[in-house]
Amino acid sequence: MKVRIRRFRLGGLLLLLVLAFVLDLSSGSIRIPVRDIFHILFHPGSGDLTWGFIVRSIRLPKAITAVLAGCGLSVSGLQMQTMFRNPLAEPGVLGITAGASFGVAAVMLSGGSMATLYAIRELGSPGSWLIAGAACVGAGLVMLLVVALSSRLRDNVLMLVIGLMMNSITVALTSIWQFFSNPEEVKEYLLWTFGSLGGVTGSQLYILTTVVAVGLVAVFLSSKMLDALLLGENYARSMGLTVKRARIIIVCSTSLLAGSITAFCGPIGFMGIAVPHLARLLFNTSSHRVLMPASCLLGAILLLACDCIAQWPGTQTVLPINIITSLVGAPVVIYLLVRRKNLNIYR
Amino acid sequence: MVELLHTRELVTGYHQGGRRIVVSGGLPGLTIGAGQLICLLGPNGSGKSTLLRTLAGLQPALGGRVEIQGRSGLSSGELAKKISLVLTDRVLGSNLDVHSLVALGRYPWSGWLGGLQETDRVAIDRAIASAGIGELLGRKVFTLSDGENQKVMLARALAQDTPILMLDEPTAHLDLPSRIRLMRLLHRLARELNKGILLSTHELDLALQVADEVWLLEADSGAGPAMGGAAGFTAGSGLAGSAGSAAGSFHKGTPEDLILAGIFEAVFAREDVVFDRAAGVFRIPPEGQLQIRLEGEGVEAFWTRRALQRAGFAIVAEAAGTDSMGGGAGVGLVRVLVEEGRPVWVLEAGGAMPAGAMSPGAGAGSAEVARFDSIAALLDGLRRQTHLP
Repeated sequence: MKVRIRRFRLGGLLLLLVLAFVLDLSSGSIRIPVRDIFHILFHPGSGDLTWGFIVRSIRLPKAITAVLAGCGLSVSGLQMQTMFRNPLAEPGVLGITAGASFGVAAVMLSGGSMATLYAIRELGSPGSWLIAGAACVGAGLVMLLVVALSSRLRDNVLMLVIGLMMNSITVALTSIWQFFSNPEEVKEYLLWTFGSLGGVTGSQLYILTTVVAVGLVAVFLSSKMLDALLLGENYARSMGLTVKRARIIIVCSTSLLAGSITAFCGPIGFMGIAVPHLARLLFNTSSHRVLMPASCLLGAILLLACDCIAQWPGTQTVLPINIITSLVGAPVVIYLLVRRKNLNIYR
Repeated sequence: MVELLHTRELVTGYHQGGRRIVVSGGLPGLTIGAGQLICLLGPNGSGKSTLLRTLAGLQPALGGRVEIQGRSGLSSGELAKKISLVLTDRVLGSNLDVHSLVALGRYPWSGWLGGLQETDRVAIDRAIASAGIGELLGRKVFTLSDGENQKVMLARALAQDTPILMLDEPTAHLDLPSRIRLMRLLHRLARELNKGILLSTHELDLALQVADEVWLLEADSGAGPAMGGAAGFTAGSGLAGSAGSAAGSFHKGTPEDLILAGIFEAVFAREDVVFDRAAGVFRIPPEGQLQIRLEGEGVEAFWTRRALQRAGFAIVAEAAGTDSMGGGAGVGLVRVLVEEGRPVWVLEAGGAMPAGAMSPGAGAGSAEVARFDSIAALLDGLRRQTHLP
């Protein structure tokens, strides 16, 4: 594809992102017209004060969270698909998100009533760092385990089974904790597992932004390595890639991204699978220098769109974001599985 | 000849659960020179891939060292500018097209985000032209046939622009014309681009034709060469010495020297395969032990010989009359004549055919038994005469 067409499409996506962002700010239980959104954003302190409060302290953080989570989950999915040479790899499917959940559960349920998510929020930024750290460590541990196993197993389907088992193990471990915890803590945890973009405010948003930014920089710098890994490890090494170093960078950045996003938004499924495939379809390339920004933009747009749908326009109901992403993402996975020929392209 | 790669006391192998498993030890100093095409031959399991991967730096040597242009211990980035590889790994790539794949060959030379400069583009275009894959450029890699895939991977290696090129069994999975084309291409590339090319292959016939040098690895002594009776009757008896000397596990030299020294027979011959030194090819040995003489010249005699060997005859001597070796006049004789521009096969009886094999009544001496106008008829007649199946 010509470079000009690529730039044109990337530009189009950027425009679409701005559009989705504004639409997300305007939709919700109280609909705020787009014109007023601009007014509120660029002339703070004037106009309707209630609307101003809603947009600035509720919807803006939520939309920023959606952009961060959309970018982060999509590129970590892209990274994992290339690294494991498996089109179905993503943090959720391979149990990385479950590992992060386990980390969060450990913090939330172990400290007794002191440590409910609400209490941790009250603690402010140290508590947030604690949760984010625990989630990243949990994600990193599962990721390391999957990397170790994947070097023995070359089969795509076996890899997915390993991921499923990882999920089961972490869910089982979490269940043990739930069983011995009191009902309020369990409810708190369950609510968190539904996933929400709205809970991230104040210091949490700064932490999330920082960690995701670090992760994204690492991911973008790994573009060239990932291109080489498309040919498999032996070829990559013959071209001068230090595979061990590449793995460390990929494991770290994925753990940071998936871990921190899961910690604050709950487990959001399927973004990591669906978005990279959409990016490949749209840009018809395998170059990660193109796919990375494309996945970022597409992921952010898609998650903002899912959030708009979750608001259930015209009603007061807000559906958990995880339900919407699953409804969008699961058919993509089925589509990929049915087209098995495509699945084996990676081997 | 400029020396590109040199080994010193190299030992190849791997570690398994703390144990050191030597695949090839006691290797002599190996040298790859510029403009040289070297074929690495050896039976399955003789350690060809291990040696190739060790030379290429994909796996560490157990002992000794590999010096590239006089230096050893190169970093992986430096090594990638010296040696490019074509491996047996099948590359399909998620959405990879041929041009992008070839462009990946510029990896060691491009910037840290992978951007390509004008020099990179020139190298890519040159590699595409050298490998002759201009018409494949727009295709996705997973749609290529095996032969096309191999050429594309070769182009990628050429784009890497290294003095040394190593290929692991590049002709596997290819049909015969593609194999020949690939070997010719490599032969030409070694000359034209002055590269040192090392390739492992099972294509002995082709290797013998294109290789400037052959490295011959022998399988472990357990499965060592069988110089049994089967090898004896195609190659004759001039090899008594070389059978014993094949105890070393590595041989190198020009293909012709190795053949003349009988090393090919020693390394590859088994009960079920024999190396025909005169023709430079491997043959399926005949199952019968019947002896027959053959007289005649040219193409007709050559193909008659092939047919007789297939039918289970050992040809004891081609030249009749003056030739007294191999049983002499007593053995049955097939004479190939050309009469009025058409070949005719004349069967003459001899006394030393296995007892009872010849029908009674077939006279002694060189009496003519029958004439045939085709090889099929000749074989048919022989079968009736000798009660062969």
